[in-house]
Amino acid sequence: MRGTALPQAQPAEEWGVCVSESAGRNAIDVRGVRKVFGSGDGQVTALDTVSVSIRENEFFTLLGPSGCGKTTLLRLIAGFEFPTDGQIMLHGEDIALLPPFRRPVNTVFQSYALFPHMTVAENIAFGLEMLGKSRSEIDGRTADMLKLVQMEELAKRKTSEISGGQQQRVALARALAPQPKVLLLDEPLSALDYKLRKEMQLELKQLQHETGITFIFVTHDQEEALTMSDRIAVMSTGKILQVGSPHDIYEHPAERFVAGFIGETNFLDAEVVATSAGSATVKLPSGKQIPAGLPEGFQPGSRVSLAVRPERAQIVAADADATLAGVIDNLVYLGTDTHFHLRLDGGEAFIVRQQNSSGSGINFATGDRVGVILGDDAAQILKD
Amino acid sequence: MTSAQDVAQQIERRDIRNRWLLSAPALVIIFLAAIGPLLVMVAYSFMVKGDYGDVRFGEFSLDGWFSVLFWRDIFDDTIGLADAHLSILWRSIRLSFITTALTLAFGFPTAYFIATRPPSTREVWVFLITIPFWTNLLIRTFAMQEVVRNEGILNSLMIWSGIVDQPVQIMYTDAAILFGMVYVYLPLMVLPLYASMEKLDFRLVEAGYDLYATRARVLWRIIIPLVRPGVIAGSILVFIPSLGAYVIPRVLGGGKNMMLGNLIELQFGAGRNWPLGAAMSITVMLIVMLALLVYVRNATRSGVQHG
Repeated sequence: MRGTALPQAQPAEEWGVCVSESAGRNAIDVRGVRKVFGSGDGQVTALDTVSVSIRENEFFTLLGPSGCGKTTLLRLIAGFEFPTDGQIMLHGEDIALLPPFRRPVNTVFQSYALFPHMTVAENIAFGLEMLGKSRSEIDGRTADMLKLVQMEELAKRKTSEISGGQQQRVALARALAPQPKVLLLDEPLSALDYKLRKEMQLELKQLQHETGITFIFVTHDQEEALTMSDRIAVMSTGKILQVGSPHDIYEHPAERFVAGFIGETNFLDAEVVATSAGSATVKLPSGKQIPAGLPEGFQPGSRVSLAVRPERAQIVAADADATLAGVIDNLVYLGTDTHFHLRLDGGEAFIVRQQNSSGSGINFATGDRVGVILGDDAAQILKD
Repeated sequence: MTSAQDVAQQIERRDIRNRWLLSAPALVIIFLAAIGPLLVMVAYSFMVKGDYGDVRFGEFSLDGWFSVLFWRDIFDDTIGLADAHLSILWRSIRLSFITTALTLAFGFPTAYFIATRPPSTREVWVFLITIPFWTNLLIRTFAMQEVVRNEGILNSLMIWSGIVDQPVQIMYTDAAILFGMVYVYLPLMVLPLYASMEKLDFRLVEAGYDLYATRARVLWRIIIPLVRPGVIAGSILVFIPSLGAYVIPRVLGGGKNMMLGNLIELQFGAGRNWPLGAAMSITVMLIVMLALLVYVRNATRSGVQHG
């Protein structure tokens, strides 16, 4: 997807949106946005006072299970819905009540929503035509876009005559052609098969990097979010739970939901013994004390949940020094990794993922009594 | 020895035979009710008219066809164009076009309104649209007369509200015929329009808005091209019966503002010229067929191929 002419960020004045210099580097500022559908008894709060800032040139992902409000937030930014309360700022200008055709924001729809009565090229040219660009500019940019998504040969085809992956590219080219300030992508890869999806993930990331356009990407696929994003906002039941880099979100989940939704996680009960800046010592039910990452707001003595990633634990022969002890319930060999499903002495399930390197030494079997040791930064205290 | 191929062939033959058997009742009715009478009409149009109606069987004549367009002076046999026939033909085509255009203009927003309701309430609206069909056309047309006549509801209202001081003559004008035809044929436009709008993917409308199309441009560039099959079907369903309308021009247009239906009826009644009536009927049919052919070809050329 490397083309010659890439869409450049366009001066905002052209859109009639006045840019205040003090806005800083945020492309989108969502401030206290609430969205309620329906009225009376049938009222549903899709978004519950959400605030988030999306930086310029950022690949930002809204991640959450279906019904968490991520698509509603995207539709509010696109202008298909209007917020019940709150502001949506684009480069410092409130666009919350502008109709979609007055916002320099384009969408790649989940269903692609390509116009079936137009050819591939006509679809891509549509936005430029509606902006009243000159014929030569429209033709030039359409050709550039076709090249960018490698669809030159299919320009004259009807959109019903091309494959799903090709439709996806056309949808992308159509949304990029008018050089939007922000590109919104509503689960655009969900209809593609696994291999194509993997390819498109990399291409999208590359495209975002090359165009310098801010991408806001909606997905329920945590792997997709981790692979592509600069930052991720994890959403659940109309709220944003945590915003951070993929690394932050994965390594330092702040809440139980985030830890459970992204990757596999073991949960352990513990009690805070002592705190210092950013870390704490916690006591496990077995009496063992270990260090743990600490978000704000926990005092010594509070009962907490710990999250431990399966790959941060290591399985060892049964030993009094091990942090945890249990029996192997089940053992899954996955080529590069082996997953050990343990039953801890306290009765909890616990998973350890171990790489199958040549030096991993001891071989364990189902039914064996084993110990588990945790690295110094393996445990993370969660807000429930 | 019977191979699998033979068996397959036998089954196929039996299937075809069964299909013919199943469709036989319909085919018989179509033949007796449509094709048979049509053949009779064609035959009548080439015969000599009887003195008191009917035709003289077996006597071939082109008089019927000749009289569709021409007129022969009974004293000196000079030949002239049948102006009356042409003006009635022209009026019929004109009124039918206007009716089609007006029902489209009124029916489109109505269909759009219904198609954008929640699915549960759409059926109610469609049901309401069909209510006029419950009453006989003749009765509805007389009811229409009650609305448009000089002392009728419309004129009374206009005088009462001070828009006019004298009743406006609507009865026995083309306006009255149009009024009646638009009213009667509107559901025939709304229903096919609704059927194709219901299938319209409204995400495409959103995509249009997203790509900077204003409401008018979304309507013109996206909605209308996509519901074109409905526009075509509705236009055909309205135009054809409009062209052959009989009751409405008879009741609302009076004797002066005839349409083709009335002219043809006249030949079989007071005119006692069955061959002419038959020839006119076939002429109308040919005009309709030709118009449809041209219209459908033009309308589908730009190709609406969405599923």
